[in-house]
Amino acid sequence: MQPDRQQQQQGIDVAVLVSIGRHPTTGRARRAEQDARGLELALAMEAELPGTRISVLHAGPQADDSESALRGYLGMGLESMTLLEQPAGSDAILSLVEHLAATAPQLVITGARAERGEGSGLLPYALAEHLGWPLVNSLASVEKVENGVVTLLQALPRGQRRRLKVRLPAIISVDEAAPVARQSAFGPARRATFAITPTTPEADSELAQWHLAPARKRPKRLKIVKAASARDRFKAAAKSEGKGGQVLADVTPEQGAEAIYKLLKEEDVLR
Amino acid sequence: MSEIIRRDPRREWIARNRLHPEYAAVLAALGVNRGGGAVSEWLGPNGVVRKDPRAIGFIGPNGVKRIDRSGLQQGGQATAASTAARDSRRTVTIDQPAFLVAVVPDLTGGRLSGHDKDLLGLARRVADADAEQPGAVVAILFGEHKGEGDGELKEQTLGEAGIDRVVHLDDEFYAGFSPEARLAALSAVEREMTPRFWLLPDSPLGGADLGRRLSLRLGERAATGVWQIEADHESPLGWRCTARGGAGSLDIQRPLPRVALVLAECAEPVDETRHAAEHLTLAASIPTTLSRIEDLGQVAVDPAGVALAEAEFILSGGNGVKQWDAFHHAAKVLGATEGASRVAVDDGFMARDRQVGATGTWVTARVYMAVGISGAIQHLQGIQRCDKVVAINLDPGCDIIKRADLAVIGDSTQILAALVAMVEQQRGGQRDAA
Ligand SMILES: Cc1cc2nc3c(=O)[nH]c(=O)nc-3n(C[C@H](O)[C@H](O)[C@H](O)COP(=O)(O)OP(=O)(O)OC[C@H]3O[C@@H](n4cnc5c(N)ncnc54)[C@H](O)[C@@H]3O)c2cc1C
Repeated sequence: MQPDRQQQQQGIDVAVLVSIGRHPTTGRARRAEQDARGLELALAMEAELPGTRISVLHAGPQADDSESALRGYLGMGLESMTLLEQPAGSDAILSLVEHLAATAPQLVITGARAERGEGSGLLPYALAEHLGWPLVNSLASVEKVENGVVTLLQALPRGQRRRLKVRLPAIISVDEAAPVARQSAFGPARRATFAITPTTPEADSELAQWHLAPARKRPKRLKIVKAASARDRFKAAAKSEGKGGQVLADVTPEQGAEAIYKLLKEEDVLR
Repeated sequence: MSEIIRRDPRREWIARNRLHPEYAAVLAALGVNRGGGAVSEWLGPNGVVRKDPRAIGFIGPNGVKRIDRSGLQQGGQATAASTAARDSRRTVTIDQPAFLVAVVPDLTGGRLSGHDKDLLGLARRVADADAEQPGAVVAILFGEHKGEGDGELKEQTLGEAGIDRVVHLDDEFYAGFSPEARLAALSAVEREMTPRFWLLPDSPLGGADLGRRLSLRLGERAATGVWQIEADHESPLGWRCTARGGAGSLDIQRPLPRVALVLAECAEPVDETRHAAEHLTLAASIPTTLSRIEDLGQVAVDPAGVALAEAEFILSGGNGVKQWDAFHHAAKVLGATEGASRVAVDDGFMARDRQVGATGTWVTARVYMAVGISGAIQHLQGIQRCDKVVAINLDPGCDIIKRADLAVIGDSTQILAALVAMVEQQRGGQRDAA
């Protein structure tokens, strides 16, 4: 009885949005790091909740080098993916919103930022705003899916984790905190197929007006000492003097421990 | 009185002779002793500037005369002068701002982070660009603000960071991960004040997420990863920005939109002025939204599994730790990540990857607790970026004490044991209550 009901509730539709990555040193097209992690997350969900259906989506042109990059995702164990065909330089958001609204998956997984183009990381937020779905960023893992509510672990800075419950349908975005993607197998990648859907794209005219250049090195911040006198300048250059905190001498261990305890409480590091 | 300057050669002679028994009285009579010290420079009767080299300087602590040519006189009357020097910030109040620049700092752990201060520096640049029509920086703070000290001082840190107006929202539904509630609050601010710019830190702690949500809600295409802005008359809002794009591989130059997410070190923090940090309240109440995201709170992660470089709370042991079992137990009870000095590692008490310092890991903890560590320079280098340092040491003269915000002089074993007992007792009490 129990497992039966679970079987019915478990499987959900997951859409994974993937983009074309850029190798950081060679600049060659590859599968994007974060998107691959997103797909890995979906594949892990599929293994855990039988009946989960994964559909992989990419909006972009059909070209040779992008195809080989996209096959990198297919080689992770997929039979096909959907390509929303649009010329390069078009706005991907509208066609994705249209497609997602029509196919209505329960969970959409995206990478946090693209590795090419603007890479502003606005896309998941734009989808959430257009579709009116809740969004959770920086996902570490999906714990369980139950009654249309998904329990997630969100990665916080400093290696911390936070547990969240989100009503489906929802969008989750993945960054470096999620588990590393598995390798892509060449043979299955070659055999997999693309389902090509034409779209009615709109050109991204704003981006075309901006000036894009290879990143310059950012200037290093100088330590500016605004001192009224030579003495202050010398002091600042010679040594950063300690602020001189509170020193408790001649106290019993209990008193010392109490002072430390108070500071730890104030800083909110004791859990 | 007559205009003629009358001289008394005898008095002048005494005034020049420091050893004369009447020296002090004569100086007082001549009125040279204004403001505590003798006047070292005056206009002589013939219109020539006269100098008294003996009036310069002060008597140092050992009775030796010292001359400080830096312009900052030390010694007797130094206290008043140095407090004045410290209080050199110009107070600026902007009563009738021409426009508003809204800033939403992260306020990590209740304090303005370095990133927040850089962001406020940028906001000030935008607000103060036109001296005729200055704008005001309004900060929207979520959650508790701790600051250094309390009361007046706390407000002062906000003012000194460059904030003119504060909207402080610390209801409990803004705590934790509450993007929907925060977004509703920011939308209310937008409706009421319509700031010209919204600036947020592009930091994973919250600004990056909240800022993107806000920009979509306002229908703006935010500039993200902004690290430079320049005035530009051709842009609609008068500014142009340079932003990082394409996973850090591109620089994008574009007109500055209304919403911008900026990187750390985008501008110098404010350090010359002090602003009013006047509190505002929103006239309309903020509509409460039904959140579809429920925060179940932070999950206990194994502190030993957290990388030392990014651990938040480190308990670090050195040569002064005598009982390592008790030390490991303390780390467990406190929920701290363990660190060590080189001596502790060399002696085999701790693993090599736990070493903090020049040849180990450079840590960034918010609280770093150094137990029985003397604070050698190689060790102190590694903890430069820690916020609060607590030291437990037998020796009140060692270098870690100078660096520490709180130092307890005493035996490490006893103090750690007392601390563990206290924490366990407190936890036990809470559990009983719950
Ligand atoms: C090239 C080079 C690189 C180095 N790199 C590093 C590095 O990366 N990291 C590093 O840590 N060191 C480094 N060192 C070593 C460094 O110079 C010091 O030797 C080392 O940090 C000292 O460790 P300590 O403070 O634990 O020991 P000690 O200097 O022996 O200090 C022990 C302290 O414990 C106190 N104490 C003793 N008994 C007790 C007690 N019962 N209760 C409380 N307190 C007690 C003492 O008062 C003393 O202050 C480096 C050295 C060199 C030459």
